[in-house]
Amino acid sequence: MATATQVVEKENYLNVNYGIKSWLLTTDHKRIGLLYLFTITMFFFLGGFFALLIRLELLTPSGDMVQTDIYNRLFTMHGIVMIFLFLIPSIPAVFGNFFIPMMIGARDMAFPKINLLSWYLLLGGGALILYSIVTGGTDTGWTFYAPFSTQYSNSQVIAAALGIFVAGFSSILTGLNFIVTIHRMRAPGLTWVRLPLFIWSNYATAIIQVLGTPVLAITLALVFLERVFHIGFFNAQLGGDPLLFQHLFWFYSHPAVYIMILPSMGVISEVIPCFARKRIFGYAFVAMSSIAIAVFGFLVWAHHMFVSGMSVYAALVFSLLSYAVAVPSAVKVFNWTATMYKGSIHLRTPMLYALGFIGLFTMGGMTGLFLACLGIDVHVTDTYFVVAHFHYIMVGGAVMGYMAALHFWWPKITGKMYSEVWGKVAAVIIFLGFNLTFFPLFVAGYMGMPRRYHVYAPEFQVLNVFSTAGASILGIGYLLPLIYLFWSLRYGKPAGDNPWSAAGLEWTAASPPPTHNFEETPVVTWEAYNYHELPDMPEEDAGVSRI
Amino acid sequence: MSAESSHGSFIAGNLASSVSAHALQHQFADLEQQRESSTLGMWVFLITEVMFFGGMFAVYLINRALHPVAFLEASQHMLFWAGAVNTIVLICSSLFVALAVHAAQEGHRKQIVCFLLLALLLGLVFLGIKGYEYHGHWVEHKVPGPAFQFEGTDPIHSEVFFELYFVMTGFHALHMLIGVGLVAAIAWFAWRGHYTPAYHNAVDNVGLYWHFVDIIWIFLFPLLYLISHKHVP
Amino acid sequence: MWQNLPLWPTEASTISRQVDGLYIALITVTGGVTLLVFATIVFFAIKYNHKRHPVAEAIEGSTPLEILWSAIPLGIFLLFFAWGASIYIFEAKPPRDAMEVYVVAKQWMWKFQYQTGQSEINTLHIPVNRPVRLTMISQDVIHSFYVPDMRVKADVLPGRYTTVWFQPVKAGNYHLFCAVYCGTNHSGMIGEVDVMEPADYEVWLQGGAGQGSMAATGQKLFQELGCINCHRSDEQGRGPNLQGVYGRPVLLDDGHTVMANDDYVRESIMVPGAKIVAGYKPVMPSFQGIVSEEQLLSLMAYVKSLSTPPPAEPAHKRNAAPPPAAGAAVR
Repeated sequence: MATATQVVEKENYLNVNYGIKSWLLTTDHKRIGLLYLFTITMFFFLGGFFALLIRLELLTPSGDMVQTDIYNRLFTMHGIVMIFLFLIPSIPAVFGNFFIPMMIGARDMAFPKINLLSWYLLLGGGALILYSIVTGGTDTGWTFYAPFSTQYSNSQVIAAALGIFVAGFSSILTGLNFIVTIHRMRAPGLTWVRLPLFIWSNYATAIIQVLGTPVLAITLALVFLERVFHIGFFNAQLGGDPLLFQHLFWFYSHPAVYIMILPSMGVISEVIPCFARKRIFGYAFVAMSSIAIAVFGFLVWAHHMFVSGMSVYAALVFSLLSYAVAVPSAVKVFNWTATMYKGSIHLRTPMLYALGFIGLFTMGGMTGLFLACLGIDVHVTDTYFVVAHFHYIMVGGAVMGYMAALHFWWPKITGKMYSEVWGKVAAVIIFLGFNLTFFPLFVAGYMGMPRRYHVYAPEFQVLNVFSTAGASILGIGYLLPLIYLFWSLRYGKPAGDNPWSAAGLEWTAASPPPTHNFEETPVVTWEAYNYHELPDMPEEDAGVSRI
Repeated sequence: MSAESSHGSFIAGNLASSVSAHALQHQFADLEQQRESSTLGMWVFLITEVMFFGGMFAVYLINRALHPVAFLEASQHMLFWAGAVNTIVLICSSLFVALAVHAAQEGHRKQIVCFLLLALLLGLVFLGIKGYEYHGHWVEHKVPGPAFQFEGTDPIHSEVFFELYFVMTGFHALHMLIGVGLVAAIAWFAWRGHYTPAYHNAVDNVGLYWHFVDIIWIFLFPLLYLISHKHVP
Repeated sequence: MWQNLPLWPTEASTISRQVDGLYIALITVTGGVTLLVFATIVFFAIKYNHKRHPVAEAIEGSTPLEILWSAIPLGIFLLFFAWGASIYIFEAKPPRDAMEVYVVAKQWMWKFQYQTGQSEINTLHIPVNRPVRLTMISQDVIHSFYVPDMRVKADVLPGRYTTVWFQPVKAGNYHLFCAVYCGTNHSGMIGEVDVMEPADYEVWLQGGAGQGSMAATGQKLFQELGCINCHRSDEQGRGPNLQGVYGRPVLLDDGHTVMANDDYVRESIMVPGAKIVAGYKPVMPSFQGIVSEEQLLSLMAYVKSLSTPPPAEPAHKRNAAPPPAAGAAVR
């Protein structure tokens, strides 16, 4: 078993050179992944801070903590920061950038400089959004509905819209880089059906990023032009149509939610086989389901508009298609579960997050069926039912997947192991805190509590108190990894090349990897998830955990 | 900002390979992989541009379907000859770009530069004519906003036509301007002898971009100028 | 007096029970499957724990199983799609005899106009057991009319009418919420639907309008604004005679035919150039900025009243088509 010598550290991508310029001008995909890690962690805690304020305000039915205008800006900026500055980049920009080249046996992405540019674009967009926050924020909701956003809102709509526009190009370029890299830079012998499912998921995500984000760009550009020059695409008085905005906006923003969840699903498809010590069940079906989700995801956008005044016939079509898009996700859940059958299960931290993901994503996905159902949607749309649904998917799903990735690949990225005890404790706290925060909101939604309400009817209070209590627990759960992961950088046990005895080319490189990833380009002659050929997973430190 | 820099960096990536005697970038195994990757990258980028303009075309199509008379009457105020000449200009410029690519394949350095400069010149002519048209619209109160005036059956929706006209041709002109910059850049590098028959991918990719911008105009011209066979003199 | 249960809204309309039934069915099915998945995972995690089961078995997959667990969920989904769709379609077809109330939403209040002439702010008074259809428009941004206990919701748009209907089955006061974010006081844009027993409703009706019915108000406006000068009933005017127009197809100068519904009447006043009736010139000025949404509704009520007599009157310059079957489509 490899142990790092205390005296001379092997050269790796972290210690190959030092200095701020070597980081800010790097083209090494691994360093860029870390730059993203740092950036989106900051944005996550900023968005989380807004969420904390929201939940504190909602402890009581009256608006007694902040003024209404501030509250409206809080939920808007929470949405914008979390979606565009955290969730959309998250897994692809951090773990996709870091591991896609390694997983395919390449030295770097196809376009390393564009990769760096993507990071700067995220910073630029983030800077504009931060500017909009400190100068008062915008209060349109992250959905920017016209004509409120284009004519009536007295807030920093333009700065926020520009920020999202710029960040959108970061997303487009990341997607472009992934598509070209995966198509053209696979090692010899690495056919498509030998690829890890993380690659398939990120590939599907990249397709959505490339096709969908430009539509958001033009939509925001039109909002900008309408607001500044008072032209009237979305303004009924000037011959426009507010519903046109909704169609254009949701044409991107629905596929966007698949940008946010598909990479997490890819992570789960890596973690479960490793911690069950066997190949994923139904590889081809899981791979194809990612593509199916990407394709179908573009056909369902108007399910956000069932009560908007659109035609009944259109609503029927979109409802039907929305049910269709649920099938591939269900297929994934069943395949992950079946992978555990007759496996050899190790309930380590990444696996806890992965199983938590399956549980919470299943619940979130099931509640999506309620929203796809026209008769029910009329009642629960624009209520806390929807808020609960998408937080189950985005937080219970995407963020849990992100945490699973972080804990799975931390040893490879840093060369250090974190405390398994604290890892498990945090995972459990997050899981429990999350459910307490968001499950009551389903009930509140069906009872009729509308979303985006600063002041609410008193009968909703008990549910809101539960939710806020859960949010504080959830917050603690997220702070713990910040602490123990940092701690591990200094004091963690050296990880060795492959602490999980995992399959995948990334685990054949050193931890941390050298800048060029591999000494020689590997030639792949084996299928993915060849766990039957790999040694057993090493035990955890004795005396630490009995799970 | 971001559109230009993404264009520029893309080309920088391409050019770097061509700068010092086909230096192979470190992430690629061989020149073939590098060429295929950068070409695929340009195609993917163009697909994003299709989606970007596609949004505008969708807005146009919906509005025209709902308000055909307003659009017809508005289109009669377009300067037909300007649009027609511009269409010829762009098609010829694309021809020159294609000839430049061919010259690069043959290794005729001076020809590459000549054809690229001709294409660039025509691109500037296009922008010039466009500027002349915009000025004319401004003078005739056809720019949407407080100064807009229109005598017609449905002036409110005719104004929507002009809004679309300026947004669509405006973004197109922006892309033309970027294209002019890119063509100038590769003309410079061609002059410096950076392209060989073995590797001239930058010329190919800029050519692709230029043809794409041309094709957008091929759609814009009939949709904006040719709705009616009559035009206001 | 609020009659809400703490964890479930009241079933206050004919549709509430249907929606709740579907909801409970869906909870049962999805809850069941979810619990099954959870139980399976927990079971596998225990039974195949590496201490108990140290060697994993290499299993590739099972195509029949994949087909099974794709087809069965799809089948169940189609069921729920159809069930939900049937409710939605039912909600899209107001009964012909529904009572009409007009709603103008603005930041941040609800204005109700009744055909009998009353107008109120934020409280909707309706009798129990009668269907009511709301025709709604916004003066500014998008709002949404939401009565949880009735299980209905419809966005209220600027520039275009939307409708929602329901039939209350239980007297009482029910929350009315605005459900689309509309600015600062979005959460304050709330009201009450006061469903009254017939006797109480009669009392309320009596206490009402001094100004006459909406149609009467509309007729006065029709004269004051000069509409009557062009839209003459003797066919000599520069504009079409409006007798019998509402609710029937209108032939336009480009050969198309449109239904003369609420949106058509409103557009004809606000953007008259958008659709020109066949045989007439586009000379009508726009009244945008001159009439308010409430005045538009009164004018529309007046125009509607011109169609109440049976279509025995000769129809000039329009298709003499029979009246449409289920009332003018206004969605």
